[in-house]
Amino acid sequence: MLSSPALQELERSVAAAGAHAASEAVDAFLSSHSFPLAEPPYYTLVYRGPGDEVNLRHWIYALPTSQPFRRLPGTDLWHRTVELPPGSRVEYKLEIVSRGHAEWIEDPLNGQHATDPFGANSVICAEGYEVPEWTQPDPDVRTGQLEDRVVKSDVFGGGRPLTLYRPARFRLRRRYPLMIVHDGQDYLKYAGIKTVLDNLIHRLEIPGMIVALLHAERRMSEYSADPRHARFLVEELVPELERELPLLGTPEGRCLLGASMGAVAAFHAAASYPDYFGRLLLQSGSFAFSDIGESPRGLPLEPVVELMNSYREEPRAISRQVFVSVGTYESLVYENRSLVPVLQSTGMDVRYVEARDGHNWENWRDRLREGLSWLLPGPLWMVYE
Amino acid sequence: MTAGWQEREGEDEELDAALDGRSLNLRLYERFDRVSDEDPELAAAHREIQDRLKLLRRAYNVRLTRLMDAWVAIAGLAGEPSVLGPEREAALEGIRRLDARQLSRVREIRDEFADRHRLEEHPALARERDEIAGLLEDVEAAVVAGGHVAVLLNRLNLFGLRGLLAGKVLVAYSAGAMALSPRVILFHDSPPQGAGHAEAFEEGLGMFPGILPLPSGSRRLRTDDQERTGRFARRFAPAICVLLDTGTRVQWRGRGWRSVGPALALEPDGLLEPLRGYRKRVA
Repeated sequence: MLSSPALQELERSVAAAGAHAASEAVDAFLSSHSFPLAEPPYYTLVYRGPGDEVNLRHWIYALPTSQPFRRLPGTDLWHRTVELPPGSRVEYKLEIVSRGHAEWIEDPLNGQHATDPFGANSVICAEGYEVPEWTQPDPDVRTGQLEDRVVKSDVFGGGRPLTLYRPARFRLRRRYPLMIVHDGQDYLKYAGIKTVLDNLIHRLEIPGMIVALLHAERRMSEYSADPRHARFLVEELVPELERELPLLGTPEGRCLLGASMGAVAAFHAAASYPDYFGRLLLQSGSFAFSDIGESPRGLPLEPVVELMNSYREEPRAISRQVFVSVGTYESLVYENRSLVPVLQSTGMDVRYVEARDGHNWENWRDRLREGLSWLLPGPLWMVYE
Repeated sequence: MTAGWQEREGEDEELDAALDGRSLNLRLYERFDRVSDEDPELAAAHREIQDRLKLLRRAYNVRLTRLMDAWVAIAGLAGEPSVLGPEREAALEGIRRLDARQLSRVREIRDEFADRHRLEEHPALARERDEIAGLLEDVEAAVVAGGHVAVLLNRLNLFGLRGLLAGKVLVAYSAGAMALSPRVILFHDSPPQGAGHAEAFEEGLGMFPGILPLPSGSRRLRTDDQERTGRFARRFAPAICVLLDTGTRVQWRGRGWRSVGPALALEPDGLLEPLRGYRKRVA
């Protein structure tokens, strides 16, 4: 097991001081360091408290998902050192096992957290990773407006809720691109997409655009290559928005964004209506497929496997520019890496980006600038103030 | 003229104050909106030509990227200068030819648009042009502000400002200086995407010779990269590439350029030199 030099020193001083002074030595150690203890490329997590076992639980593909902490002899201090390449960002929890009962908690000594629909995780940011400043609110930036609305849908029956984003300085006379975002509520809440849009538009890196943020009712089924979803987008939602709003109304002016199953939904809609959406931004897509036998991804992804297998057999251009991103530390890196040459073989303009991160919303947030500014470049080149 | 500010064209209080409250905003952006409302056919044709020019620009950029990459790669080859020297020159020449062709193609498309749609026969446009001409009759000096250079140049051309501004004192800054220069070159060495190859965009109004104004040049260009800076200067020579940073002023008085205060120009060897070295006659 790796061990931090600082902890080794602590261990030596505890051993030298004897049991009576161990607690004070640990107190002094905790108050004089911040955690995770960064000694690049080593990062040490510590936990102080009772327990029979403490484990690091993370979602880094290819590493054991549970890694035991070691207790410093004579103390109630537990520690685990991990080696992380520069630029890594890792979400994790601590598992505390006590009297046969296991509890997953956020790391009480780490102030960095990320939230997602399932709660929150603690975060290790390795050397070289910084939260991009364009993801943070800027008081000098004029903000766009959000409006909740319901779009009538015969395809699904009833109304479909969505949130509409209009950029700052919205003008009816202009013509705007339209971006449709799957899991819109989550992109708003966990990826801060409104702030990202406001900032990138303000910096002229992307054009002012209208964004429809979708809220699926039954996400897993509707986003699993459900033909109703594609029909809803192309035959109901986009025509209604293009009638009402000053949109470009061209393939280049229509973009789909989605992460995980949302990326599958975007891909499926584009494949169902080739060249209707000229821009695709696919993040950590759950693009399950099988070369032989069944996909290990299981029953819920069967429709996706069918979609992807069929596409891999007969690849064809479905859009014009496709941006694919994935976390190097997520298991879907295999599916996404495999998809890229297939997409490229069709003549579509494809850009692929990997980041040392996992299957999470902050990874997807951090890739938005690169994806959006490539798919929908703003007037930065043209403006000289 | 603040048309480069687009919808914010009228927010010119600060500029007006700097001109002692004696300015008159021609509101070219608003005028074209008015023309578009009155003449939807012309507005549609205008959109069509913008789409054609966008397509042309895409094609130009495909070629430019490859030629620039080749130039950089050949420049990086080590070996006998008598062999590589002419190849480097040829690579540069290919880019310069492409730039020249792009400007010429844009002009062709614009001329064809003007001929086909007989712009002078559109009453709404003609009325605005006449009004602008009347307003400019007693004007001593014209000020062209920055902003979106393509929008600004487009409005200046549509309303025939080149002829109307002849003989007047001109003050132009940022995109305004670019629009009045012989060639509008778009540049940014660190865009969020791509290699940041400068682009020949369109001919400007050509109200002055010999200079390529680079607004906020120190911020937009990686001037500490000597190779890159030198390539930029050689590509656009013999024009003098001047960094128009905040506070920089250069003057043309019909005989040559001089700077009012410090001004830096890009040299072919990639260094920055004070503009005073260029106090020479420009043909």
